Order: sequence, then C-alpha cells, then structure tokens
Amino acid sequence: MGIHNSDDSSAATFVIKNPTIKFTKLFINGEFVDSISGKTFETIDPRTGDAITRVAEGDKEDVDLAVKAARQAFDHGPWPRLPGSARGRIMMKFADLIEENVEELAALETLDAGKLFSVNKARDIPHAASSLRYYAGAADKIHGEVLKMSRELHGYTLQEPIGVVGQIIPWNYPSVMFFLKVSPALAAGCTMIIKPAEQTPLTALYYAHLAKLAGIPDGVLNVVTGLGSNAGAAISSHMDIDAVSFTGSTEVGRKILQAAATSNLKVVSLELGGKSPLIIFDDADVDIAADLALFGALYNKGEICVASSRVYVQEGIYDEFVKKLVKKAKTWVVGDPFDPKVQQGPQIDKMQHEKVLSYIEHGKREGATLLTGGRSLGEKGYFIEPTIFSDVNEEMLIAKDEIFGPVMALAKFKTIEEAIKRANNTRYGLAAGIVTKDLNVANTVSRSIRAGTIWINCYFAFDNDIPFGGYKMSGFGKDYGLDALHKYLQVKSVVTPLYNTPWL
Amino acid sequence: MGSHGDEYSSASSVKNPTIKFTKLFINGDFVDSVSGKTFETIDPRTGEVIARIAEGDKEDIDLAVKAARQAFDHGPWPRLSGSERGRIMMKFADLLEEHAEELAALDTIDAGKLFSVGKAVDIPQAISCLRYYAGAADKVHGKVLKMSRELHGYTLLEPIGVVGHIIPWNFPTVLLFVKVSPALAAGCTIVIKPAEQTPLSALYYAHLAKLAGIPDGVLNVVTGFGPTAGAAVSSHMDIDAVCFTGSQEVGRKVMQAAAESNLKVVSLELGGKSPLIIFDDADLDMAAELAILGILFNKGEACVASSRVYVQEGIYDELVKKLVEKAKAWVVGDPFDPKVQQGPQVDRKQFERILSYIEHGKREGATLLTGGKPMAQKGYYIEPTIFADVKEEMLISKDEIFGPVMALAKFTTIEEAIKKANNTRYGLAAGIVTKDLNVANTVSRSVRAGTVWINCYFAFDTDCPFGGYKMSGFGRDYGLEALHKYLQVKSVVTPLYNTPWL
Repeated sequence: MGIHNSDDSSAATFVIKNPTIKFTKLFINGEFVDSISGKTFETIDPRTGDAITRVAEGDKEDVDLAVKAARQAFDHGPWPRLPGSARGRIMMKFADLIEENVEELAALETLDAGKLFSVNKARDIPHAASSLRYYAGAADKIHGEVLKMSRELHGYTLQEPIGVVGQIIPWNYPSVMFFLKVSPALAAGCTMIIKPAEQTPLTALYYAHLAKLAGIPDGVLNVVTGLGSNAGAAISSHMDIDAVSFTGSTEVGRKILQAAATSNLKVVSLELGGKSPLIIFDDADVDIAADLALFGALYNKGEICVASSRVYVQEGIYDEFVKKLVKKAKTWVVGDPFDPKVQQGPQIDKMQHEKVLSYIEHGKREGATLLTGGRSLGEKGYFIEPTIFSDVNEEMLIAKDEIFGPVMALAKFKTIEEAIKRANNTRYGLAAGIVTKDLNVANTVSRSIRAGTIWINCYFAFDNDIPFGGYKMSGFGKDYGLDALHKYLQVKSVVTPLYNTPWL
Repeated sequence: MGSHGDEYSSASSVKNPTIKFTKLFINGDFVDSVSGKTFETIDPRTGEVIARIAEGDKEDIDLAVKAARQAFDHGPWPRLSGSERGRIMMKFADLLEEHAEELAALDTIDAGKLFSVGKAVDIPQAISCLRYYAGAADKVHGKVLKMSRELHGYTLLEPIGVVGHIIPWNFPTVLLFVKVSPALAAGCTIVIKPAEQTPLSALYYAHLAKLAGIPDGVLNVVTGFGPTAGAAVSSHMDIDAVCFTGSQEVGRKVMQAAAESNLKVVSLELGGKSPLIIFDDADLDMAAELAILGILFNKGEACVASSRVYVQEGIYDELVKKLVEKAKAWVVGDPFDPKVQQGPQVDRKQFERILSYIEHGKREGATLLTGGKPMAQKGYYIEPTIFADVKEEMLISKDEIFGPVMALAKFTTIEEAIKKANNTRYGLAAGIVTKDLNVANTVSRSVRAGTVWINCYFAFDTDCPFGGYKMSGFGRDYGLEALHKYLQVKSVVTPLYNTPWL
C-alpha cells in the first residue's frame, strides 16, 4: 500500500487548492440569509480534521420559511406554469454555469468530502450537469394517456407536478445526488427545499447561487443547511411539503417514513444502503475481475451505496484471483485527494472513520482472514488502508452490515445456485455484479438476484437513462431515467361522457 | 317523509343465503384460527348476528405469509407465463359470474348494500377487473434504454413479492378485486385482510379462487380485526408491499407500521370530501340527479361521495328545490327490495357517527333542508339529509362523514368555486357540471384531486387510474398504473463492444 508521505508533504509535488468559501448562508426565496437563530456549524476537512469554515445552521423555523417560499412559488409563481421547454432552457443554462465553474466546485467537494479532485472534475461535476440536461430535455415530453374505456366515456390522465418537495441529500456524492434529485423535480415543475448533509454543505450553497444566475425564479430552489435531526426532521414532518425524497442510511430512512406517516402522509421515496454482491465465475478474465472487484470496493473510499462489498469468486479461479487482488490492493495509493496520483482520499469524518475501523475489528474477531490492510493511516485526518477479508460467511457482521468504507468481504463458491443463494442472503437489494462470458449464466443470475441494478461485466455503470433504486430494504422509488420523474408527478384522471361517437 | 316505513315491509322479499365459508383460507385450506376464536358479523338491517367467523390474529397472519412466501419464492405462480396466469384469472371471473346472485346477497346482508346494484354493478365490475388484468398479464413491458455510451441496458418489471391487502367494508367485492387482480397478474402472492364488518364474500372468493386453479398459498384470506390481523400485516417483516383502502387515521398507522418494520412499499387510498361544482349553464335535472346520486349512492359510504356541493347563484334556488324533492322521494329500506334506493349504514358505529355529525351541522348553524334523523325501524337506517348555507369552517364541510349527508353552498365566480373546492386536506375526486368547454378545462386543471368527472359522477372504468392527491393518499388503483404497485424495476446493464451505434 502506498500512502504519500515522505517525499510529497510539501507543495512541491502537487498544487494544494484552497478555494475561497463564498457561500455560507441559507438560500431562501432567492436570497442568502442567516438562520433565524443566528447559529452556525463547522464543516470539516477530512484530510486533517480541521474546520474549513462555519456555515449557517438551519432549523425548523428556517425550513418553515423555505416551505412558505416554495409554496408561494408553486401555487402562484411562474415555474410550474411555464411550458416544459422554458423550464428546460433555464435548466440548460444552469448546466452551462456548472461547467463554467467546474474547478472551483470540484475543489469545494474535495475539501468538504475528501473526494478525489481529478474525479470530481472529470466525472462528478460534469455528471451533475448532464443530469440537468437530460431532464431539461424531458420537461416538455411528460405525457399523460388517453384511456380506452369500456363504455361511452372520454378519459385521459394528466401528469401534474406534485407540489413542494423536500430533498435530503447525503454526503458521499454531494453534487451528483443534489442534481439527481433536483433535476427531475425541476423538470416536473415542482418547487423544493434541499437539505444537504451537514458534512457537505459547501457545493450545495454554490449551486443555489448558480440557480439564481441561471434564471430559476425565487422560491423554486431553496437550500437549508443544518443537521439531520433538526432541519432534516423538520422537512419529513412538515405539514406543507407534498413529497420527500431521501438518500442515506436505512435507520434515518425509517425515521423519514415514520415522520411522513405521522404528519401529512406525504409521498416518500427512499434510497438506502446496500451490501451488494459481485459474483465472479470461473470463465472470467482474472485481471479484469480483480480490477472490477477492487474498484467496486474502494471507489470513492468505499463510501458508495452500491459498493461491491461482498465478492464471491468461483473456486476454479479463486487462488489466482486472490493473489492478483491483494497485489493490486497493496499498490492502491491513499493520500491527499488533490494529488492526481492518489486513488483514495480520507473517509468523510471522525464518526465514519471510527465506524469502519470498528467493523474491521469485528471482522478480525469473527474469524475472517485478513489478507491486507486493516489499519488507520497517518496521524491526522481519517485515512484507512484498503482492507480485504476472506473466508467470510453470511453470519458475520462484516457480511451483513453496510460498512461504507474500503473493506471487502471475500468468499469462495462452487455452484451457480450457491452463488445466487448467498448473493440474495441479505436484507438489502441495491445492486449486484456478475462477471462471466457465458450468456446463459448472465441471464440466469441477472434474473435471480433480487436487486434493483445488475451489472454484467462492469460495475458502477450508471447512465442518465438507467433507472436506479433498491429492492427490499434498500428502499423504493427510482433515481435516474424517466422513472425518476414519477416521484415528482401525480396522476389526475379526467372523465367526460361521450355522445354520438362512432366508436369508443 | 315517513311513509317509507309502511311500503317496504310488505314489498320486500328477504333472501337468506346459507353461509358456507366461515374459516380462514390459508395455503389452499379453510382452517380455524390458531386461537380458535371467532367473531360475529352483523346484519345492518336488524343489528342481529348473521354468523360467527374465524378470528385471525398475528399467528394466523404469520402462517398465511409463510404460505405466500413459499408460493412466491418456490411455487409456480410467479413462474407461469403471464398468459397462463391470465387464463386462470379468466376462469376465476367466470366462476364469479356463475355465483353472482349468491355473492351479491352476501354483500347485501353483510354491508346493507342494494342487492339489485350488487348484482348489476358491483359483481360485474369485479369480474371485468379480473378480466382486464388477466389480459394485461402478458403485456408487462420493461424498456430498452438509450445510453450515452457503449452500454446495453434494459429494465425488467418483476413481481414485488408477497403483498398484504387490507380491504374496506363499503365495497367488499369491488375493492377486493381492484387490489387482487393486478397483484395476481403481476405474479405476486397475497394475504388479504377483509374488513371485520364484511368477511363473508371474501371467504367465498377464496373458495372460488381455488376452484379456478389458483395454486395454494397464492391467495390467502385472514378474517379478523384491524388492530390485530390488520396491524400484523402492516408490520410483518416478510411482506414486501401493503395496499390499504380505508380511513385516514388507519392509513397513518399502516404507514407507520411499515416504517417501523421492514420499510415495505405502501399505497394508501384514504378518505375524501369531494366537491361537485355546478355552474349556471348546467342542465338542472341532470345536475340534481348527479348531486343526489353523488351523496346517496351506496348510502353515502363511498370515498368519492360528492359530499360538498357548490351551486352557482344563477340556478341555486331552482336546483335546491329539485334536490329536496328528490331527497324526499328517495326510498330507504330493505336492500333486497328492488324498489329501495338506500339500505342501512354498515354498522352501529357508523350509524352513530353520522348522526353525531348531523347534530354538529345543526349546532354549527347550517340550514337543515331535509332529513336529519334516523329512520323509525330496526337497523341502521338514516334519512337522506341536506344542509344548506354550509361554510368551509364547519365540521360537516371539513370531515368525511361517510353517510347520506350533503353539504350545500352557493358560489358566484369560477375563481371562488375553485378556491372553495381546493380548501380541503383531501383530494380524491371532484365533479364539474357545465356545458362550457373552457370552464370544464380550467376547473379540471385547477382542482387538486386525483379524478375529475365532468358532467358525470362515479364514472369508473377499468382502464382509468384512480387515487388521491394530498391526504387522500398515494398510489393508483385501476388502469395499467395499478400494476406498478406490485412490480419492481430492475435495471440490467452490460458493456457493448464493436457496436455500429448506441
């Protein structure tokens, strides 16, 4: 394993970017304002554990103001009344502005979340812009249906915007998730209150600024930074929010559904955790499979809901595979995410750092074999070595719980039936990967695994047109694709009698 | 208006169907509840007991779920082709047709519903529902996606698994099949908890399901009470989705239980306080007919009842005269009597609740135009009741009464009508009566409700999605939309090599 320390601790090897933090206040009704209480909270740089800056801390009263603005904008403002194409043009402008500021946004995200700067710049931020463009293009193509009745009635459905939407965004992909939720909601004509994760408020507030520049009317897009237990809870229990969309942990997802039930029965969509299996068959190319597996577990420092945290390898190639895997893991570069040579930055915060290390200890105690890694790295910040356990069985905690860190649980299997059974032996169902050249194996296994996305000979293959979301306790509702629009639309049926009609 | 008492007793011919099925139906067999307990089901014409039915509780739900899980994970039903499921569902529909009279009679004695309407409307609607989804079962399409790079991607629409259905008592047959049909078509397996007030036809349908060839474990019926059997369904760790039609307060409990247990998918069809808006250019007779039917159909026990009627001032006086006339002529009595238009309310609790709302209306200062009292005879009969000069703040304008009670108000402008219509936490349905195309378009777009009926009311159709806005719930019944409650989307993605285009 290679952490950069001795020869690069100075600025000589790479440029440390220190973006000025321009936006630290709540964005409500088109203006940046302090929270009503005047309170602020720190946002931390996970490379060091030091505070980057203080950001306004919104609570229930601030959410109330934001909802008031969003409700006014929805019930009386221009946004839902514009034609879809007009909304689309403004969203396209928004996407352009994101691209114009890509470096600054990428740097903010690196500082705030420890994500790799080069990847933010090349992938995350452009992906966010493409999300906006995809839904911008869909906004004028939201079709209802004309129905085929069984008697003389003319009936059709309208797809209407659902109203004021609450969006609770997680910290692992602050930009991507922001636009994954916001783009279809905007296209549908909804207005919204966004509550970014407390760990990563910086880019969200910047996007609020760009939204206004792009021409999004006041009140349509509001951002209330703050803590989940205050601002987030205020959203899920608000009596005047029509729908809430949440991506995050299963335990908080529960709270959201409960709050929705106890308040106004708002529509809920949840994208929760996963313990996604990657199944590698004997006919796989061992190098490609090892690369996929490592990438699947270590990408974004393992802080990804679809991480392939369980890897099942057929016995025929097991030994060769493990050898290649461990070799690759040991060369994985962990260090400052601004350094273009680094492949893995720090975990998001102290709490996650400790949680991951604690699971690693569990793994050791439960009797799994530690092949590589297993320790924290460096004195400052929240770095962890890429860690691989083998001989893992499904009763172990490290095979059951979502660890959300650079920890892989490896196991051997014999038959395809065994692989399917073990892959499905989880309460989660977010994604799964299959590596094989055999068409029939691919078809059988993809049909048999109970998960919302199946990747065959690839992993993390997202695309704007592919619906994404969980089975079982990984949640319900889809992001991406035209399917995502349904979270922000309601179906109204309109029926009139027909007289003197040639046919139905 | 009290002459109805004499007319009905001599004219009615009460049918007394034998109660053949009184046990729980689990895994293809009729069984006693684990506890051995039974409960009474009451005839609302008299308040007397019809029969004792097995009382299911958590342990029985556990057994039913076990059977449904086995049937889903390993049984034939989800693995059959859609067309094969369709054929069995068609057979099921045929069996309903063969037993229509007996089934209609069961709902009449159990729920006080009109026998003639049960036979002509409810049972046929259930049948057409089964047939509609039987025909859809082999047309459940995923999509092939258009990627932005070299990937082949498609979606599969897969059955969600074991589904819990909690059925209300107002349309025990229609609502059972509205839920069950798309779930069966999708390939799911089901645990049905019928309302405790109306268990009889549900158990008969279980018997017919088996006769039709629905495999054991696919369709289970556990009769019992909401707080026990119903709660066991919503909080079960091995039920994948729950669909509930009923009151808002219970809907909340269902959603909370889902959140506390396994985050199962929830769909709710809850109450309504649907407005019927009648404009000056309306045909007076048609409007009066619609308004009366809108509130008195099924003794007002319909979630979409047009319980608030707004009449434009130009025709107000004339319309009100017609409404009162029709209400006074409305025949209330034994639901087996073909001349009767309104049977008893479903049980004592509802009966008392409605009368209590009527008292509220009087106290709140609304003008009682007709009705307002229970009928003289035994059972739970209430006079068709119309209040005028109703204000939005009054309880009778805000709460769902679920009885033969209309709240009438006048309006001047179209904007006022829209505002008043939307001034409710509900959003289930709405009606508009006008000949003007532009009024119809404006108002239908402006009213926040899941179904808008223009110059008609209760115009349901199997192809027409139905469900609420706001606190009337979410999720749709009817139409192809309903299938989505029972399906999950799986995306499958593979890289493409050497492809001519994307």
